[in-house]
Amino acid sequence: MSAPMPFWRAAGMTYITYSNICANLVRNCLKEPHKAEALNREKVHFAISTWKDGKAEKPVVLLKFELPK
Amino acid sequence: MNQRSSRPGVTIVLLLCSNEIAIQFLPYSTSILNLVQLGRLRVDVVIVPATTGQLGVLPGHVATIAELKPRIMSVHDGNGVTKYFVSNGFAFVLTNSFADLIAVEAVPLDRIDACLVRKGLPEFTKKLKSASTDLEKAEVQIGVDVHSALNSP
Repeated sequence: MSAPMPFWRAAGMTYITYSNICANLVRNCLKEPHKAEALNREKVHFAISTWKDGKAEKPVVLLKFELPK
Repeated sequence: MNQRSSRPGVTIVLLLCSNEIAIQFLPYSTSILNLVQLGRLRVDVVIVPATTGQLGVLPGHVATIAELKPRIMSVHDGNGVTKYFVSNGFAFVLTNSFADLIAVEAVPLDRIDACLVRKGLPEFTKKLKSASTDLEKAEVQIGVDVHSALNSP
């Protein structure tokens, strides 16, 4: 009943990663005004601060979601 | 439920959304950055590119959930056909002739730049040979798939 595992899942990629890669590829193939709008729309800004001893440490600013090391 | 108009048809709620951040994939979540609702359209047929093949959704279609492939989705109305290239997403066909089509990127075909696609395809096909880890191979394979789909609408 379960379908065979898709190749990206077998390689250890999650669905969201796969989905974002596909979306980025499509966005990069758009014609000009739409491409700039799409890339602009997808910019993200994160500020992540880890907490230690009940206090927030200095926030790390990210432009792409990655857990800080 | 509210009264539905008497014209038979499949109602589509087409959401174009993006979730660049790694939040849980909740299409209706309010934290999605760009949620554009194309509108509730009443159409005749929608041909949906599912991973298991093309799904033609007509009014009264059985309830289905389908994962979408990076391919063209065509919306057939009395006035003609509108085609969109969807990058990824899901199609939920509900029992009352509603279909929710949710895509991360759904672009009308005229926005695709054929030159960029033709440049990207051989680039990725080349990288396929030089990719080493499984993950890299998967990424390059995705590139090849998406570009070949974009190339041949």
